[in-house]
Amino acid sequence: MGKSVLKNNSINEDADMILRTENVTKLFPGTVALDLVNYKIYRGKINVLVGENGAGKSTLMKILVGNEKCTKGKVILEGKEINLSSPQDAMNYGISIIYQELDLCPNLSIAENIFLGSEIVNRGVIDKKKQHELAQKLLQRLEQKIDPNTLVSELRVGAQQIVTIAKALSQDARILVMDEPTSALSTSEVERLFRVIYELKEHGITVIYISHKLDEVLHIGDYITVLRDGHLVAEDAVKNINMQWVIEKMIGRKLDRLFVSKKHKIGKVLLHVEDLTLPSVGGGYSVNHVSFKINEGEILGIYGLKGAGRSELLECLIGSNVLATGKIWLEGREINGNIQNRIQSGLALVPEDRQRDGLVLTMSVANNIILASLKRLLNRLGLFIESKKEKKAVNNLIKELSIKVTDPNSIVDSLSGGNQQKVVVAKSLLTDPKVLMLDEPTRGIDVGAKHEVFEIMQKLATQGYGIIFVSSELKEILAMSDRILVMSKGVITGKFTKDTATEAQLVNASVDENGIKNGVKHK
Amino acid sequence: MKESSTTQKKRVHSMTKIDLLQLLLRGRVFLALVIVTVVFALLSPGFLRVANIIIISKHVAINALLGIGMTFVILSGGIDLSVGSIVGLSAMIAGGLIKEGIQLPIFGVIVFPHIWMVIILTLIVGILMGAINGLVITRFKVAPFIATLGMLYVARGLAGLRNNGYTFSNLIGKPEYGNTGFEQLGAGCFLGIDYSICIMIIFAVVAYFVTMRLPFGRHVYAIGGNRRTAELSGVQVNRCETIVYMISGLCAAMVGLIIASQLVAAHPATGTGFELTAIAAVVLGGTSLMGGRGSIFGTVIGAFVIGVLVDGLVVLGFSTFLQNIIKGTVIVAAVVVDQVQLRMQERIRLQKQELNL
Repeated sequence: MGKSVLKNNSINEDADMILRTENVTKLFPGTVALDLVNYKIYRGKINVLVGENGAGKSTLMKILVGNEKCTKGKVILEGKEINLSSPQDAMNYGISIIYQELDLCPNLSIAENIFLGSEIVNRGVIDKKKQHELAQKLLQRLEQKIDPNTLVSELRVGAQQIVTIAKALSQDARILVMDEPTSALSTSEVERLFRVIYELKEHGITVIYISHKLDEVLHIGDYITVLRDGHLVAEDAVKNINMQWVIEKMIGRKLDRLFVSKKHKIGKVLLHVEDLTLPSVGGGYSVNHVSFKINEGEILGIYGLKGAGRSELLECLIGSNVLATGKIWLEGREINGNIQNRIQSGLALVPEDRQRDGLVLTMSVANNIILASLKRLLNRLGLFIESKKEKKAVNNLIKELSIKVTDPNSIVDSLSGGNQQKVVVAKSLLTDPKVLMLDEPTRGIDVGAKHEVFEIMQKLATQGYGIIFVSSELKEILAMSDRILVMSKGVITGKFTKDTATEAQLVNASVDENGIKNGVKHK
Repeated sequence: MKESSTTQKKRVHSMTKIDLLQLLLRGRVFLALVIVTVVFALLSPGFLRVANIIIISKHVAINALLGIGMTFVILSGGIDLSVGSIVGLSAMIAGGLIKEGIQLPIFGVIVFPHIWMVIILTLIVGILMGAINGLVITRFKVAPFIATLGMLYVARGLAGLRNNGYTFSNLIGKPEYGNTGFEQLGAGCFLGIDYSICIMIIFAVVAYFVTMRLPFGRHVYAIGGNRRTAELSGVQVNRCETIVYMISGLCAAMVGLIIASQLVAAHPATGTGFELTAIAAVVLGGTSLMGGRGSIFGTVIGAFVIGVLVDGLVVLGFSTFLQNIIKGTVIVAAVVVDQVQLRMQERIRLQKQELNL
């Protein structure tokens, strides 16, 4: 039975499934991360998993590797239900994961890292020689010529990744999960990683490969599964599908309905940035002599790859980095000083990582919203916070941004990602800014919430705010911005207007490493 | 249809039960206070006599004052191990000012300040010690644990150095110097309530107001909850943190004054180990050592729980050894309950969500 082959090319139901989930559901405070997901993983194949940020990919993987328990549902390995209550359990079943942020101890050597937690002991003492030997063998198998005694902190990211793979192999992993393995790798490192993955496949190891880079996914995958907003929306053999199919399934609604486009009047110059520079720790510049202007009612998109210096640029503007140099004028007045001064002058930042930088998770929604503008809420004597003013300000913003919260005094952690993001936006708006900087505002929120964030952006632009919108999503940038700057390695490598920009141009500019030489530098 | 509505009812019913349990858990410090009070009242008649309650409150005032300062520090995500030593140092400073005055060799005179001047100068010394803590922590990025551990030794050393390890005794001042009346701080009372208790109440009310209604208070919570967010929101984190340690130093100096006045003597070892009882009161009061979560009110109640427990055990004739064991167990149990409550809150939230699906 198991060997019968269907004639058509759709997924063979009898194909050899090694692992699957049955109706897995996972609830987080405020959100349904996974909803009745039946995920199938085929033996000895490269199973790719795609989906937008917040679609539930990471959560699903955390369940498969025992890092999170599902609220409902089963995990079935080789036809038998298994109980995964810790990563150790999963490892015992041969399921290992390589996380996006590599979980290695930088202070230990390669060999020590590989055998961390499962040290080879001889009468209770670590057998260093044997560990060294085995580590060497594993590294050789992965075509690496590194001494296992090298400290992990001395390795480049690509090599560190290989070490985590070696670690998984040392634990006899049969199923290897790779979460965004190429996000920090150079092109040649990616190629080497792919060779390693193919080699693993030849040895019968099942790979689950998660990535945002769709061309990569289509290149390397055998089977593809698409998640959207916690639902499994599609699965197929990669040979049956194309890029268009993947994008459609991932986004799930026509793009023009996701974005909001309204005519807004563009007024006089609001913010003028001249020669903004931030030296980077390893030499060179994170932000390399950047100059630009933004007008009233304008949405300025900034596109670029991870590490292109976009977030650093915003940090320089808000003043959180003391090493930054350059000049900034807001409405003709020069701005400098610390963060507080700049916020008072009319700059506001909605940071990229809302949980790390944008919110105080232990505080209530109301307290988060007013955090940056407490001085505005003082009573007449300027002594203490007037609760009436506080309540009014908070309620106004909750209504205006339609933040879904039953009680402003509930803890902000209980809100869904989209609503949390709106709380951060509310906090920034309450400072009464003139220029609002949004760093990846749609990261990790569902499609509906994205739509609302775009609506808010448009509304603010029509009200005359200047908006700087940083995003890695091409479609977003193209649909929302009036003008687009592209950054690469700290330099502005492309300047486009809404009408002239195309996806290809943006991508080209974003990988341009010599922006200055190519003469695209501003002025 | 009928069936579903009854299950709905059942669910609603079980929800209210959970809500009640939650309420009890949230008010657990208060509950603990009621329980220990009732138990001791039953075991020893006369425990609830006004005189006895005042005695207990006087003991509690010392710890509660330290706890109030400590709450600010812990809310901001730090810790202050130096308060016990600052208590000792302030006692010695006050004692020295009364006994020896301020010597000004240049003018060849000795100035004996008024008692209110003594009090103010001592408080300033406490604030200064706190400021040094704060500056070391914020400017030199020393972990609060280490910085205040250092101050624990330094301040205690200074306390000893002040009079070469000897006690300043009989701090009643001299009428001819115009510096009498120090003992009033410890012995006097206002409307039948001891000054020390009054001071505790004033400090608690002011601190409560500061944490709830002043921008500074919100900033302290924000820094403890998420430093980076606070920074990016324009909060002047370093300044706030320094002030927090200054408040703790001020509270410690106040305690030093009260103890010296109660004993009419200043001993350099005054306050040894007080920092730990203060931390215990804060933790018992539901403030998270991670920062960002907790309240002044909780700390005061926490201090009362410890005070009632200790005095009650003494009244019942428990040995110090048993007292320590019980005290330790109660503190750890409080944190266990804290964790249980947090986890339960999370679970209830998820359950409610499931019901809404």
